[in-house]
Amino acid sequence: MTDITSLTLTQTLAALKDKKLSKEELNKAYLERIKKLNPSLNAFLFVNEDSGEIPVAIKDLISVKDMPMTCGSKILENYIPPYNATVIDRLASQGVSFCGKTNLDEFAMGSSGENSAYGPAKNPWNLVKVPGGSSSGSAVAVAADMAVFALGTDTGGSIRQPASLCGVVGLKPSYGRVSRYGAQAMASSLDQIGPITKSVADARLVLEWISGGGGHDSNCHAKPFVTLSETKGIYSSASPQNDRMLKEIKVGVPKEYFGKGLDSEVEKVIRDAIKKLGDLGAEIVEVALPHTEYAVAAYYIIMASEVSANLARYDGIRFGKNRDQFGDEAKRRIMLGTFSLSSGYYDAYFTKAARVRTLIKKDFDIAFEKCDVIVGPVSPTVAWNLGGKINDPLTMYLSDAYTIPGSLTGIPGLSVPCGFADGMPVGLQILGKHMDEETVLNVGEIYENVTDWKDKKPNMSS
Amino acid sequence: MNKVYETVIGIEVHVELNTKTKMFCRCSADYFGKKPNTHTCPVCLGIPGALPYINEEAIKKCMRIGLALNCSVNEQSYFERKNYFYPDLAKGYQISQLVKPLNINGQLEVEDESGVTSMIRINRVHQEEDTGKLTHVGSETLIDFNRSGVPLVEIVTEPDFHSSAQVKDYAKKLQQIFRYLGVSNADMERGDMRLEANVSVRPVGQKELPPYRVELKNINSFRFMQAAIEYEIKRQIWVLERGETLTQETRGWNETKKETYLQRSKEEAHDYRYFPEPDLPELKIDTLQLRELLRKQLPELPAQKVKRFFDEYGLNKAQIAMMADSKEMAEFFEEAVKVGSKYKVESIKVANFIINKKVNIEDINPEQLIKDIVNQNTGMISDEKELEKVVKEVIDENSKAVEDFKAGKEVALQVIIGSVMKKTKGKAEIKKVKEILEGVLKS
Amino acid sequence: MKLSKDKVRHVAKLANLPLTSEEEEKYSEQLSKILDYTDQLSKADTEKVEPTYNVSGLTNIMAKDEVSESLPQEDATKNGTNIKDGFFVTKGVFNYE
Repeated sequence: MTDITSLTLTQTLAALKDKKLSKEELNKAYLERIKKLNPSLNAFLFVNEDSGEIPVAIKDLISVKDMPMTCGSKILENYIPPYNATVIDRLASQGVSFCGKTNLDEFAMGSSGENSAYGPAKNPWNLVKVPGGSSSGSAVAVAADMAVFALGTDTGGSIRQPASLCGVVGLKPSYGRVSRYGAQAMASSLDQIGPITKSVADARLVLEWISGGGGHDSNCHAKPFVTLSETKGIYSSASPQNDRMLKEIKVGVPKEYFGKGLDSEVEKVIRDAIKKLGDLGAEIVEVALPHTEYAVAAYYIIMASEVSANLARYDGIRFGKNRDQFGDEAKRRIMLGTFSLSSGYYDAYFTKAARVRTLIKKDFDIAFEKCDVIVGPVSPTVAWNLGGKINDPLTMYLSDAYTIPGSLTGIPGLSVPCGFADGMPVGLQILGKHMDEETVLNVGEIYENVTDWKDKKPNMSS
Repeated sequence: MNKVYETVIGIEVHVELNTKTKMFCRCSADYFGKKPNTHTCPVCLGIPGALPYINEEAIKKCMRIGLALNCSVNEQSYFERKNYFYPDLAKGYQISQLVKPLNINGQLEVEDESGVTSMIRINRVHQEEDTGKLTHVGSETLIDFNRSGVPLVEIVTEPDFHSSAQVKDYAKKLQQIFRYLGVSNADMERGDMRLEANVSVRPVGQKELPPYRVELKNINSFRFMQAAIEYEIKRQIWVLERGETLTQETRGWNETKKETYLQRSKEEAHDYRYFPEPDLPELKIDTLQLRELLRKQLPELPAQKVKRFFDEYGLNKAQIAMMADSKEMAEFFEEAVKVGSKYKVESIKVANFIINKKVNIEDINPEQLIKDIVNQNTGMISDEKELEKVVKEVIDENSKAVEDFKAGKEVALQVIIGSVMKKTKGKAEIKKVKEILEGVLKS
Repeated sequence: MKLSKDKVRHVAKLANLPLTSEEEEKYSEQLSKILDYTDQLSKADTEKVEPTYNVSGLTNIMAKDEVSESLPQEDATKNGTNIKDGFFVTKGVFNYE
């Protein structure tokens, strides 16, 4: 069998089942590709040559027992987790093995991958461009076919944005859908683990595998995600029912996601994608998310406050090095968060941000009375040049303006490839109601099936 | 008592709950005397990625304490992170409660040395977690995290105490309540129960609280705490009378020198940066339903018991104090009174017998106790050992009769029994004497 | 809002972050800029708006009081920098505060 590594997860499972492919061949093909491409892409920080099942890449802040974990930081250079994250146990029980740990912005703090203490991962579509972040290595690994799929984490867009910039599918599940146990926390009230995959069908399957509580994450709903039986299978082929299904769907378009700062080429691609949804029978409705302008500010206060406490466990005693080994962005956020929580500023910063969070959440509640999903761009621009924003933290923060509101609200968000601008991939963001991944995935999968974006691959031969 | 100055004291009590597992993980909470770092997991070690999960039993026990102290239950309660750095604090924050503790606004009646009672207001009873344990060896500090995360309940009073005797009574009453409720061993020496006193003095007549307070900490017995407070009151008055000012500080107790000593002066107040713990959804409590449920499970508490023992049994204060000291003692006493009523033994007599004979309730059951009391009343010797002693004496004194008996002369036995009866002035049961005698002679 | 160097130093102390003088300078400038940006939150009308701290939609999540296995001592301490007889070791703690 040729081109093993370009198969999606569902295709790989079928090939294994039909004995067109053995697990040995599968792992050999991926390992060869990792060895060939990783020196230029820097997607993996650790490669496990003993992977024997379906080879999957794991963002290097999710604990895999006895496999080194750095969180992209110098501080954890020699750390080896003594336990498995819940999602790791789940995947292992589904016949998955872990081919490596992927590069990331230090402690998931960044939107470009450049905050990694181990050098940035590179965008496979253009090696001088950033892959996005913070799940940069996971998105690169999937885009360059170095893993069947990958797990990332998303706090303010860290799955959706690199997926968009690398031209792959990325799903941030609803807050409470997937157990966070075992993933180093960045901002506990926002973090979710989710899949980065080669197709929407893959994301759906992986979500079924990893969702549901394991008795360790108190915020995780006990019941796993299961695709409704009546819709199962409908979307994996160009079934005539697709048309009927989208006809019942109202797609909300918020004007706040098409304002200042959105690149005009990106906007054109997104508008085309929305038109396509309309062509497929969906009703396109305008919705308002009036507090969007405050989202980044509220997010940075809340996120940084939680960061300041979540990174307090690093004292160099039980694991890791001393606190002076934190990188620049980690220190900046610890400082911002500590300040926001400190006496005299707590109400004006932390509490104020938490109140604004309520307003943003209410925006979505009201909007979802008029529609089933909300669509728009994932990122205001395509991937930018490495080094382009690194000295301006605030500009970097603003590049997450479209993913952050959904994070604050805890709703699911999917990034689906929907075209190219300036030769670089663009992702369509599909946001849904809390715990309604079903509809989000349905819309994404129908769109994906009638377009051929997912078949476009970066040219890695040169 | 000083007439110019008045003492103002507030008390914080920490008590470790006796749950099987820790507050936020399922490691065994039975850490005492175990090998270091053998009762730990990612959660209580603060390892990257670990998350807390509330122990339901601890929440119930905390609420029972709240209920026993006449608190209101907060319908909405949540945990917060209290941020500070210390090597025994694994996560760099302690999960505690500030804004919405489980229980608020309680009260407990205390007595001073002359028996005058007053009501102490309880500000809050909240749930938190213990830290690891530090041992200092030379210039190094050893850390054991077995205790890290053990459920800890904190009980904070308003500054309502005015004497060390009230504080001692309060602490003893709390300890008794914890044991009655079965929520903690409340052993001071083992550190199950820890007291902190915030002591200050102000001129008599002043309404406002003093602008400082001295925190007395790490004192592991009621007696030492009382002594430390006494010392501190004298020291503070002495400082004020010299025209100097007192500042916020933490002091410990030196038992050898019998004085308090400075542990830490607080130049600036701590900034703990409390904020709601994002890893734990809030608790919503149906207070009515819960109160009903917990009240059913709540045993009769010491104060109620004292009142009932007075009303029902007519005991005096000293007798009640002994009979209601522990739940076990109270149960024994009441059972004995019940048995006693069949033999017309009054409850006061039961109490006095237990107190005077220093009866150990683990060695005797209520029926036997009543038998002993009845026999004592009729003057009969009921104690077998005592009787045996007399029998042996008689045997030693009547070697002839013994030989006769052993030679087959049955009558000789009557002689010996007669001697025993004579010696006990007729207060021995003949049947019993005969039994003992036969036993001894045949052996 | 301007975050002075003194304030930066105070915050760094609270956060137990050792900063160099250059870092203090840099963070004073960068954080001031970020706080200027976040100050726009004051424009949002949040009167009568309750804060949101958790979006899981769950309440009363608790576990039964049943013991599960702890880590072996060896695993618990294997990432420690200084281990002695099963204890973690740190420098004399009285220097901490």
